[in-house]
Amino acid sequence: MTVFRIEVAAKDRTGDPRIVAAAHRLGVDKLQSCRKSRLYFLTDHNRSALYPEQIERLCAALLVDPVMETVLISSQLENGPSDTVSQPDTATGEHVIEVALRPGVTDVAARVLEQGAAELGIPGLQAATATQFRLSGVLSESELRRLARGLLCNETVESYSLGPIEPPFGRSSDARNYVEQIPLAGLDEAALSQCSNERMLSLDVREMKEIQSYFEEIGRAPTDVELETLAQTWSEHCVHKTFKARIEFTRYGPDGRSYPTEEIQGLLHTYIQAATEKVKRSWVKSAFVDDAGIIEYDDKYDLAFKVETHNHPSALEPFGGANTGIGGVVRDIIAVSARPIACTDVLCFGPQNFPQEALPAGVLHPARVEDGVVAGIGDYGNKLGLPTVNGAVIYDGGYLGNPLVFCGAVGLLPKGSHPTVPQKGDRVVVLGGRTGRDGIHGATFSSAELTQATHMESGSAVQIGDPITEKGLIELVENARDARLYSAITDCGAGGLSSAVGEMGEELGADVELMDVPLKYPGLTPWEIWLSEAQERMVLAVPPANLERLQALADLWEVEMRDLGRFSGDGWLRVRYDGRPVAELPMKFLHEGLPLPHREAQYHEGRADRKSQPTEKEHGGTSLSERAVLLQMLSHPSVASKERIVRTYDHEVRGGTLVRPFVGPHMDGPADAAVLKPLGTWDSGRAFSLSVGINPLLGKRDSYSMAVSAVDEAFRNAVAVGADPDRIALLDNFCWGNPTIPDRLGALVRTCQGCYDAAVAYNAPFISGKDSLYNEFDGQPIPGTLLISAIGIVPDMRRVCTSNFKRPGNHIYLLGETCGELGGSLLSLLLGWEGGEAPVMPDEPLARYRALHTAMLSGLIQSCHDLSEGGLAVALAEMCFGGRLGATVDLPAIRGDKFAPSYVQLFCETNGRHLVEVGPGDAAQFEACVSAVPYARIGEVLPSEQVIFTKGQERLFKLTLSEIATAWKGDSKDDASN
Amino acid sequence: MAGGSPRIVHINQLRAGTFRFSEFGMLVLPGGFSYGDALGAGVRQALDLQVFFHAELAEFIESGKPVLGICNGFQTLVRAGLLPGYGKERAARAKQGPSKGNREVTLTYNARSKFECRWVHLAVEPETKADCLIQLEELAFCPVAHGEGNFQVSDDRTLKQLEKDNLVAFRYVDARGERAGGRYPINPNGSVADIAGICNPAGNVIGLMPHPEDHIESIQNPLGGSGRLGLSLFRAIVSRASS
Repeated sequence: MTVFRIEVAAKDRTGDPRIVAAAHRLGVDKLQSCRKSRLYFLTDHNRSALYPEQIERLCAALLVDPVMETVLISSQLENGPSDTVSQPDTATGEHVIEVALRPGVTDVAARVLEQGAAELGIPGLQAATATQFRLSGVLSESELRRLARGLLCNETVESYSLGPIEPPFGRSSDARNYVEQIPLAGLDEAALSQCSNERMLSLDVREMKEIQSYFEEIGRAPTDVELETLAQTWSEHCVHKTFKARIEFTRYGPDGRSYPTEEIQGLLHTYIQAATEKVKRSWVKSAFVDDAGIIEYDDKYDLAFKVETHNHPSALEPFGGANTGIGGVVRDIIAVSARPIACTDVLCFGPQNFPQEALPAGVLHPARVEDGVVAGIGDYGNKLGLPTVNGAVIYDGGYLGNPLVFCGAVGLLPKGSHPTVPQKGDRVVVLGGRTGRDGIHGATFSSAELTQATHMESGSAVQIGDPITEKGLIELVENARDARLYSAITDCGAGGLSSAVGEMGEELGADVELMDVPLKYPGLTPWEIWLSEAQERMVLAVPPANLERLQALADLWEVEMRDLGRFSGDGWLRVRYDGRPVAELPMKFLHEGLPLPHREAQYHEGRADRKSQPTEKEHGGTSLSERAVLLQMLSHPSVASKERIVRTYDHEVRGGTLVRPFVGPHMDGPADAAVLKPLGTWDSGRAFSLSVGINPLLGKRDSYSMAVSAVDEAFRNAVAVGADPDRIALLDNFCWGNPTIPDRLGALVRTCQGCYDAAVAYNAPFISGKDSLYNEFDGQPIPGTLLISAIGIVPDMRRVCTSNFKRPGNHIYLLGETCGELGGSLLSLLLGWEGGEAPVMPDEPLARYRALHTAMLSGLIQSCHDLSEGGLAVALAEMCFGGRLGATVDLPAIRGDKFAPSYVQLFCETNGRHLVEVGPGDAAQFEACVSAVPYARIGEVLPSEQVIFTKGQERLFKLTLSEIATAWKGDSKDDASN
Repeated sequence: MAGGSPRIVHINQLRAGTFRFSEFGMLVLPGGFSYGDALGAGVRQALDLQVFFHAELAEFIESGKPVLGICNGFQTLVRAGLLPGYGKERAARAKQGPSKGNREVTLTYNARSKFECRWVHLAVEPETKADCLIQLEELAFCPVAHGEGNFQVSDDRTLKQLEKDNLVAFRYVDARGERAGGRYPINPNGSVADIAGICNPAGNVIGLMPHPEDHIESIQNPLGGSGRLGLSLFRAIVSRASS
């Protein structure tokens, strides 16, 4: 069989300087240039000959841009000697590394090429793709391998070769209908534990014993399908056992004395859901029941919101992990019958300048992780036509081995359009992508800790997404929903069909045939088909009478549809392969058999007085340069502009983005939150906001304070752009270490307690959430991280506010009192201070935000910015920079401790504060509006370039806008590489 | 709002014959990622236009009805050889199906080699063959959002010919209307001669990278203020369709 090899190279031979720079960072400093070419391999499925003319037509039509690129075509007999058709221009003496996806990993380009060839009259073509890197410089083989492994190839999903790579056609193997019986009878605890480990089940001994005794009772051994189904259904990822566990919690004060031990009957129930029930907001349509939370938007539509994490996959394969993270959360939105309309993302990485030589084995460099994750998010969101509008990026050494990738999605659905109850006799229909061996064990894998070896072992758990298939699903499900063709819907996420069918059929039972599942390639065993987490699939319960109409829609949108069986009504899960049962489990045991764990938790409160209030003396009188600290803060990676990342996401598509990530006359100042106007609702003035609150730094100091502060931050961001504080709903995402260790769990308990207290104080319901536990690398946990995402209704889109100063001569007010807490602050981090008071919940938070909102609705506020990391000084600098205007503020005017040192007033991170800009003519009316809130007029917007801080008559220091620009925006990667 | 009554039609509905090009007075190929742009932006969709829809589309264009390609639609028209769509001789060659070298212009990877989303100002070229655009009195302000929008030509001669034939339709300019002169980010992608959009010699096939459909109402304008709407561009082209 002849294989044609096509190399497409840029005419411009300068190569990619970013690869060279990255290679130098890897320590391969002799690399001079690197040129990247695309490789295509073509062969004929039907073993009839392909003609060179056909290949040339394909190249011209689909593979080569004649203006920019050249092509080299060669042919070889498979496994035979190469027979060159046309020669390269010159022998360049370059080293060659070629990289291809491993067989079975989604290769969309190859599939589209095969379809295109058919349209050109060349049917039956089989295609594969690869990438070639031509490297010049004196490089040893070991250096080439270092480049391949460290930079060019991710061996989790790719393979490489020095020199020409084997055409990476998927090797098809024979169908394997092999089902294994796994004898558990008589195994002791050690043997059960070994069985769980060997099969990557992530089940503990108690759980294995429960399974053992069930099967002993019915007198047979479980099949591999049954055991895998149970492991998936009972996994932390799917059932959230830690959040349901009974916990004995003991808290110790700073002096080491313990508070009375509390017994908590499930964190989710006791704190999160309890808060939602307590605040009882009538506009909550669905909380914690469906795949996403749902609130009312207006009298015709509801909004769905969900945030997921994809941490472990992103640690191993950043592009694919983040890519499929977006894909997964968007399917959660489709799964509540909503049309996805926007995405959010919050990312936590290790330091980008982390020294390569200090990197632990098995860890990708944080810069490589960031590049891949950002590209993966952009690739999926952009290709789905969804604006990515809000998020945050945090850098901390604690995320080195275990980065966090939070992916969010919002959807719009007509009221009452989401059916949730499958009916007896409904067909079990799977829509979307084909099933392969990809993503097997994702659910159990994400319920385990990462180690150095994980990279090599868990390749199959990581995948690459296919956004265009998902786009078809979005359209198809929207059409099917409007035609009322299904009675229930869910996505095929973690746990694959096992999870989707198992959950949807929990009440009725289901009977499905695995032979009917469309496969990417043969050779999957039944349990692999059943557990595969291949992306872009949905499962629907469809009345038989509607199948034909659904099929017609599936044809229009080119989505594959298969009928796998029926919801039986007998309460059993029956899985067959070629008619023969391979799993038979009562749904009751599957869903209720899991023995809920009991856990112990401890929390030790940190001491506030430990070097908390450094005296002037300690710092040598005036040695603390507030000016230098402010510049240092503005250039801190977690504070500085994220433009180099955010601009690679489309934040405009669908035309509804009213407050964008960047604001001001130069569109480069930071926004507090996004405001969106959904397409199809332009007949009203209503819109909605998306915002986040996250502060892991504070979590290291005090978990409870992190929770209340994150809620406050998400809230004040939303209110700052114009959201109604009485119409804000919250999502919680906990990323934590191993919860079986008491101090890790104790911090999680304290965080949940903070969530409850804050939600109740703000009268804001939690509508959805997710926990991702076991985020540890080689036994080191990440900083416990709570992300609060808020979705709020903006009643009048003409009154939205941005953070940039608008007009010289306007007054600057600080709303809220300044209490001087430095615990967990950015200032403490930069100066290496420990301890310090942690910020608390502000007094009557809702009342102050209502007052601000009223002033905003009356058009009294020209700009508004929340105070978070870096406090007043950073917020003021950002408002000035965004508006290209100066300002002067006087610190003694601030409400709070008059005797606090100026650095405390400048940089402390007290909650509940906003800076607002008010025209002199509106001042009286504004002050009347906020009279019940602690507020103070602290300064004025200036026409100049100067940002001036004074203390009465004394000028403390000043900055210029260009100094701010250099610090806040200047060190972006863009400018470094261009 | 622009004066027409639009209908969103899926390419598979055209393929199946549920709808035909001839039923419509104007064709808009919108932005997006046709076929995921897996083989390059617009490449696979361009093949549909060149092979499956070749005859129907040629008839549509020859009848003088307007065709507007935005972003991925523009990339598709260029890759299909319909923009700049020179002369009958080349059209005849194109009829024999796609072959090597029938393209002298392209939209390639942005000079900064990544996808970028930002607002830009556009000026209509005063003498453009797309004469319906000349009535636009002010700049248009709207976002780009693409990774492959860098307009390039095979050689200087091609560029001169484009300019001479008045096939440039839009250029990237600053807020005052001054040519970007290649300055980033006014010219966001490195396009030669700041070209943001071109047309065919008959002036009825127009393509551009920016998204005028994202600035229909003043409230969408990130700088506030009214005017410079993308809507005016649709009005101008629709008026040509109905004239």
